[in-house]
Amino acid sequence: MKTGSLLQATVLIGAIALATASFAQKKYDPGATDTEIKIGSIMPYSGPASAYGQIGKLHMAYFQKINDEGGINGRKIKLLSVDDGYSPPKAVEMARRLVEQDEVLFIFQSLGTPSNSAIHKYMNAKKVPHLFVATGATKWGDPKDFPWTMGWQPNYQTEGRIYAKDILATRPNAKIAVLYQNDDYGKDLLKGLKDGLGDKAGRLIVAEATYEVSDPTVDSQIVSLKGSGADVLINIATPKFAALAIRKVHDIGWKPVHYLNNVSASVGSVLVPAGLDKSVGLITVAYQKDALDTQWANDPGMKEFVAFMAKYLPDGKLSDALNAYGYSVAQTLVQVFKQCGNDLTRANIMRQAASLKDFQLPLLLPGIKINTSPTDFYPIESLQLQRFDGKQWVLFGKVIE
Amino acid sequence: MDAFIAQVLSGLVTGGIYASVALALVMIYQATHLVNFAQGELAMFCTYLAWTMLDAGFPYWAAFAATIALAFVCGVVIERVVIRPIGESSVLAVVVVFIGLLVIFNSLAGWIFTYTVKPFPSPFPAEPLFGNHYVSSHGIGAIGVTLVVLALLYAFFRFTSLGLAMRAAAQNPVSARLVGIRVGWTRALGWGLAAAVGSIAGMMVAPTVYLDPNMMAGILLYAFAAALVGGIDNPWGAVAGGFLVGVLENLLGAYVIGTELKLTVALVLIVGVLVIRPSGLFGRVTVKRV
Amino acid sequence: MAALPTDSATARRNQWLGLALVVLLAAVLPFFLSNYRVFQLTLVLAYAIVLLGLNMLTGYNGQISLGHGAFYAIGAYTAAILMDKFGVPYWLTLPAAAAVCLVAGFLFGLPALRLEGLYLALATFALGVALPQLLKYKHFEHWTGGVQGIVIIKPDAPFGLPVNADQWLYLFTLGVAALMFILGVNLLRGRIGRALVAIRDQPIAAEAMGVDISLYKALTFGVSAMYTGVGGALGAIAVQFVAPDSFTIFLSIAFLVGIVVGGLASVSGAIYGALFIQFVPNIADQISKAAPWAIYGVFLIACMFLMPGGIAQVVGGAWQRLRRKPGKSV
Repeated sequence: MKTGSLLQATVLIGAIALATASFAQKKYDPGATDTEIKIGSIMPYSGPASAYGQIGKLHMAYFQKINDEGGINGRKIKLLSVDDGYSPPKAVEMARRLVEQDEVLFIFQSLGTPSNSAIHKYMNAKKVPHLFVATGATKWGDPKDFPWTMGWQPNYQTEGRIYAKDILATRPNAKIAVLYQNDDYGKDLLKGLKDGLGDKAGRLIVAEATYEVSDPTVDSQIVSLKGSGADVLINIATPKFAALAIRKVHDIGWKPVHYLNNVSASVGSVLVPAGLDKSVGLITVAYQKDALDTQWANDPGMKEFVAFMAKYLPDGKLSDALNAYGYSVAQTLVQVFKQCGNDLTRANIMRQAASLKDFQLPLLLPGIKINTSPTDFYPIESLQLQRFDGKQWVLFGKVIE
Repeated sequence: MDAFIAQVLSGLVTGGIYASVALALVMIYQATHLVNFAQGELAMFCTYLAWTMLDAGFPYWAAFAATIALAFVCGVVIERVVIRPIGESSVLAVVVVFIGLLVIFNSLAGWIFTYTVKPFPSPFPAEPLFGNHYVSSHGIGAIGVTLVVLALLYAFFRFTSLGLAMRAAAQNPVSARLVGIRVGWTRALGWGLAAAVGSIAGMMVAPTVYLDPNMMAGILLYAFAAALVGGIDNPWGAVAGGFLVGVLENLLGAYVIGTELKLTVALVLIVGVLVIRPSGLFGRVTVKRV
Repeated sequence: MAALPTDSATARRNQWLGLALVVLLAAVLPFFLSNYRVFQLTLVLAYAIVLLGLNMLTGYNGQISLGHGAFYAIGAYTAAILMDKFGVPYWLTLPAAAAVCLVAGFLFGLPALRLEGLYLALATFALGVALPQLLKYKHFEHWTGGVQGIVIIKPDAPFGLPVNADQWLYLFTLGVAALMFILGVNLLRGRIGRALVAIRDQPIAAEAMGVDISLYKALTFGVSAMYTGVGGALGAIAVQFVAPDSFTIFLSIAFLVGIVVGGLASVSGAIYGALFIQFVPNIADQISKAAPWAIYGVFLIACMFLMPGGIAQVVGGAWQRLRRKPGKSV
């Protein structure tokens, strides 16, 4: 009996020592434990933007895969993904639910500029990371005023400036027509374009036309833009409207140099509906490989993605570019978790998110890397121009930082 | 001048879209004196059924006919199962049921068929007629189909006893019952026909705007406006209203106020017309009885 | 409601007592709930004011509106612009929002008078669709903040009261809601309320009896918009953000759903309806991520099947039966 209790005592002391040792290493904020990391996400599963809900479904599938493989440092990722119907008041309510009621460690990839604008201040006041927001607005990379908010994809203004630079380099006397969606995204990209053109903007841009997402077609806008005599068209439209515009431009026999924004660069969801023959010559910037593009068919990263989709999200379509997008963002987050180790505090999450160095992802184009720093809250800033040859996107020029 | 012609013609094509959906609204109104807000979504859903059949390798016209038949059945079933039990309790209760149907069809389509836009085939040649640069052959063909549907509807309401019975049942159910019309069934039939007309509209609209679950969201408002501005008790008026709205919107956007406010101004004009002529441009003026 | 004339004084006293009890209960609620729930209930109160206003128009006066989201937006933007650009204290923005919406509603109601039924539905629908476009129009951008919207600051409790900002805002909203409901009930019980119902049910007879239909209808529109605007201002202060995307046509449709599900021409229906539009979409989301709207749609249709007269009618019926049982038969 005596040896027994001695053994017990030893085990007990050992256990205490171990616990205190690991306690010294492990630091947690609400949402993180030894076995689980609980995070939240706000997605438009219902309402007018429900197409984007696919991103949330992909995240859930990807974290399922991570958990099946044993999680990260033994911790399972639990994603609470809630619906805001693309309505800013609902987004506020959902953010409060996730932070105050469910006590998540942070909010990941909340979608849409209006919804994120609504919770921007709240998240920073609460000092809860508002990480990798799913919108390309430029305002998300402002570590000085909003140290808890970070975007992910290249911002719209950068993209606009790249088009401007290319136009100035290739045809300095271009007559530019712009079609853009009448909201924050369209206006942000247009601003980048104008900034890039500098004082020539007023002279070079000969026509602008907007559309609303409720418009059935953009035929009238394209006819007007053609009538302006422009020889360059900048197409700042979401997939459906981009496809409508590409088709109409071809059908009315207009042959401008046609820049298509990255949002709609998907072969499967834009160029196929528009007609591949009608898409020849389109120029866009890209940072990701297109799942339907044959040049990546044997790419190891792409194969991995296709295998993942087949196993974890069998009803998701490869043609939907949102899947590849969600996949890459989820992988970036996993990297942040790995860097965090056992220090899962909110402050450390932001610290690690802001110290990604030359991080590469399987679906990013060769040469495109993720870099962040305490003063640089724009993870992806490099892009490359590419032109559609009727079958696939052909990269040209150098990676633009 | 060239641009002006192009604007008018592309306005006519879009107007044809509004007109075809407006016809479905006229149909349901003639049969039930209600405007079904779910009409557009129902048409969208039926178009997905057509897409599924085409995808499975059906020939176009077979899928076309089968979709119309399915839509008809769908309409009758909805009336019998969902609308009838609510019945005459309250118009607004029925409106809420319409909203329920609208969100159900929209959400189901997104769930089953995903939100990615799909190209939908056209039965008309891909090459533009006479090599013109203004309108596609499908645009002209779709207008033709709309006019054929219009003629059929007109003939149905004007010359067949069933059409007359349907109008009578909608206008005055009590008297209609007294003269032996089975009001319940004329309503169900009206729903079926409206769904069928809607499915034709869907299949004609989809090649132009691509097939996606939100395809009809923007169109429904214009179709509603077109039907009312032309006169909702008059199929000719509704179609004329559709073309008028389509052309007006294009010209306003291109030459007068720019694209940012064209919807707003178009709506103000439409409401203005209705204030001056409350029964629409071509509608019959009704006198109220005390 | 349908009490006999002899009982009416007692009945009315009982109702006021009941109301006071409800308000008292509501006032202690935030001290037992998390701040997040308190925030949700604040929105419910704001919606309840809106639904009462819409019910005056649609339930009592029989004029359909598919565009009340527009007045909600006008109220919200009035509050936001006054607070953000002019530094007006939040409580002063409410009378301003009320006044702006009263005028806007009256002016919209004047031409809308000539329209009935479907045509009015179209006109209001058009209003609901067009307003977000106007909010982001470039020449108004200076005031409205364009597509970016306006961020406003949440007020703290005054006089050093020992409540946090959420609790204070809830209590403030509750106070405003109670005031608006008392005003509304008095309005609807009196001569004006009877005139509204008469116009709805027997317009020609009402006109013959000397009711000035045009004036009443336009005024109803104005008052209804005023209620909606006050709700909008309170909603904006609670959410601390306004943007065109906050006020899409779906908001207007949700309001219409709210009054029908809650109960047409019923004061308590406004509260049931507000609870419905606030919480049922969340429940739908919990059930299915794949198709939350489909679940919501099924809820809507089921409600109309089970309670075609709205929740208020069912609750009212149950209450009547409960009261009759112990006492003598009437």
